[in-house]
Amino acid sequence: MALDSKVPKGPIQDKWTEYKNHINLVNPANKRNIDVIVVGTGLAGGSASATLAELGYNVKSFAYQDSPRRAHSIAAQGGINAAKNYQGDGDSTYRLFYDTVKGGDYRSREANVYRLAEVSANIIDQCVAQGVPFARDYGGLLDNRSFGGVLVSRTFYAKGQTGQQLLLGAYSAMNRQIARGKIEMFNRHEMLDVVIVDGKARGIIARNLVTGEIERHSAHAVVIASGGYGNVYFLSTNAMGSNVTAGWKVHKKGAYFANPCYTQIHPTCIPRSGDYQSKLTLMSESLRNDGRIWVPKHMEDVLAIREGSKKPTELTEEQRDYYLERRYPAFGNLVPRDVASRAAKERSDAGYGVNATGEAVYLDFAASFERYGKEQAKIHNIQNPSEAKIKELGQAIVKAKYGNLFQMYEKIVDQNPYETPMMIYPAVHYTMGGLWVDYNLMTTVPGCYAIGEANFSDHGANRLGASALMQGLADGYFVLPYTIGDYLADDIRTGTISTESPEFEAAEKEVTERIEFLIQNKGIHSVDYYHKKLGKIMWDKCGMSRNTEGLKTAIEEISALRKDFWQNVNVPGTATEYNEQLAKAGRVADFLELGELFAKDALVREESAGGHFREEHQTEDGEAKRIKEFQFVSAWEYKGEPKDAVLHKEQLEYENIEVKERSYK
Amino acid sequence: MDLTLKIWRQVDAKDKGKMVDYKVTEISGSMSFLEMMDVLNEQLVNAGDEPVAFDHDCREGICGMCSMYINGEAHGPDRGVTTCQLHMRMFKDGDTITIEPWRAAAFPVIKDLVVNRSAFDRIQHAGGYISVNTSGNTQDANATLISKKAADTAMDAATCIGCGACVATCKNSSAMLFVGAKVSQYALLPQGQVEAADRVRNMVAQMDLEGFGNCTNTGACEVECPKGISLDNIARMNRELMKASI
Repeated sequence: MALDSKVPKGPIQDKWTEYKNHINLVNPANKRNIDVIVVGTGLAGGSASATLAELGYNVKSFAYQDSPRRAHSIAAQGGINAAKNYQGDGDSTYRLFYDTVKGGDYRSREANVYRLAEVSANIIDQCVAQGVPFARDYGGLLDNRSFGGVLVSRTFYAKGQTGQQLLLGAYSAMNRQIARGKIEMFNRHEMLDVVIVDGKARGIIARNLVTGEIERHSAHAVVIASGGYGNVYFLSTNAMGSNVTAGWKVHKKGAYFANPCYTQIHPTCIPRSGDYQSKLTLMSESLRNDGRIWVPKHMEDVLAIREGSKKPTELTEEQRDYYLERRYPAFGNLVPRDVASRAAKERSDAGYGVNATGEAVYLDFAASFERYGKEQAKIHNIQNPSEAKIKELGQAIVKAKYGNLFQMYEKIVDQNPYETPMMIYPAVHYTMGGLWVDYNLMTTVPGCYAIGEANFSDHGANRLGASALMQGLADGYFVLPYTIGDYLADDIRTGTISTESPEFEAAEKEVTERIEFLIQNKGIHSVDYYHKKLGKIMWDKCGMSRNTEGLKTAIEEISALRKDFWQNVNVPGTATEYNEQLAKAGRVADFLELGELFAKDALVREESAGGHFREEHQTEDGEAKRIKEFQFVSAWEYKGEPKDAVLHKEQLEYENIEVKERSYK
Repeated sequence: MDLTLKIWRQVDAKDKGKMVDYKVTEISGSMSFLEMMDVLNEQLVNAGDEPVAFDHDCREGICGMCSMYINGEAHGPDRGVTTCQLHMRMFKDGDTITIEPWRAAAFPVIKDLVVNRSAFDRIQHAGGYISVNTSGNTQDANATLISKKAADTAMDAATCIGCGACVATCKNSSAMLFVGAKVSQYALLPQGQVEAADRVRNMVAQMDLEGFGNCTNTGACEVECPKGISLDNIARMNRELMKASI
């Protein structure tokens, strides 16, 4: 099937308006006869469910958690971008659009990104009306911060819990519709397959995670809003339950999976402390504004520090390697996320990692304590301050800026970052890849939509900070409600979709058999055994930097591991009870397929762009080197085993932005 | 460190349930409490036994899913953290740790340490929202000035993660802190004024219907709340309820 992005004709600034002017609408009386399933209740799924219900559709929402409020959007810290230009600093729809396309290393679709920037301002109005307590200035107006290296202050925030507040806003909108009976909420339910009738998505098979019951749910359209697949790495900043299963099942039923290899690895996370580690914690990258990153210059110091016979503070300036300042004198510690992450890996791989696992570098605030301290001494007119006084004054300033992060660090690592440098290491954070969608956010399966992080999105090969929340809410509140109406206008006479069809029968049978197999297998290894092994392959060979040989090995290893899994996995308990191991087994089985496609996609993409760095394709300075022939979206068609997947290309045209090289000199 | 765990095991809602002892060894102080539970479960699975069911998801203290009653305290001995942020360095070698589910009639046990907190959702359905359509056709976000103090205090209330530690801690199994936090958030903001009276009446009525107890001002909930939600919110809710009743 040829890919048709269905981007409307006309100037980019008119496309969305023109589109809305000409789509089919469903009259209110008919909406009552139409059912929509939404899988996932994060910012995208929650906002979509609420809006569709409000419009009059009958919505069924599904979440694997015990409440919609727990979806992982809740963990987003920094903020949400919107082109409001409240600060009068030159922001505009075009500038937000431009920054997003450039930040994505010119691998996203212009028309979608422009629409995102266009509706961004509306999101803030909407959320304020819902009672989201955004930060305010003393005059009572909304406050903004600058974020992620852009030149304007367009980020709205609610302390360090912006994701939480926006999600609770969407959750409250859902609650209003649940109370009216327009949303039927299925908590602790997991979608295990999509049902396709006459070529259209007409329902799902879901498992009640409490009772184990397999349920059939029909609808006129199915919306996948199940988030990203960062947990394919086992360790990531994602929630423990975050998974690819909903998206992957749809992929296996005909939806193309786009750019699986585009992953964002965030540089400032708390390092692993041991093999038992279950997840990674992120700290805002704003820390790099005041911290200097280094490792010891000499191996004997590295070893002494690991043994505990030496402290990092005992090393002189000459014994330290401030590798970012050394390699990137112009940008220093403020190089972009991907560059900072790769450089930390390079030093750790060379053996200079500073903790027991060998995967950590220092983020040192000593210089900032001194700089701020001296400044404060001047301000307070303190003559000849002692070193201790300077440090004390400087620490007070740093505490005011990052106190909560320092406290969080101390809780987890049990070291006082005011006295000894922090240790950091990059961690998997967000996946730009996902289900391929057209301008309508519809996958290649008619009637099946994908929104939020679950689609291949508007972020190209790299996402800018504070843009994930923006996209999730834009898709759910303002884009999907229009586009899905255009599709559903053909369904006003269809009537309720029966779940007693052969298609539902077959899908349920497939799901049940797979579960039975997993339960009956009684192998020798736990599910986590496989998940950890997969994670290690992904991290070592499909992580921050990739090469041909590593990717080829990864494909073989994942394929072998998948075979091993199906022979030897051990799932305790039964299928008819609360069984977390069983739920996890299904998710890991899908990750074992996705992982291989991921490596394949990375192998085929013989260029470097954003989060995808191929060692063979770098500039002399070690920067990502894009190649014109790869200015396309890779969309994979399922054909059985991942090795048989067929590549389709959506060429990307840039008519409103000049494609340039990114440089950090 | 080596530990003895006394864990509540209950097959399902109908089961009577009992405490069962387990041993775990070589636990590192850097592990989170849930990672220690992962070690136990891996051990149980490899021995062919049933792992202990417990709720967890984000493991960074914000989703509100984890919910263990550890040595008689909701989320364990540390302050200002959820169970997932509790580290094993809070314990010492040879300790016996008692782990129970949230105990409240309104939170029935699903299995082992997993409880059903849907009652919280139903209280929110009763009024935990502002009736504004999501069409985006609202007024400009800066059209209404909101004082920084009101916004910050509303934010402090809104920071509640809905974990239920307040209910589990309270000798009356009261949900007043949870409900008070939501009522307060809207009561402090101009957007919440229109429906203020109905909201507080309906949410409190639903709270009572769900079988949560009353508040006797012992303040344990505030102490155990991982997000430090203040008792002021209960006072504010009571005030709102009074206002709505006259």
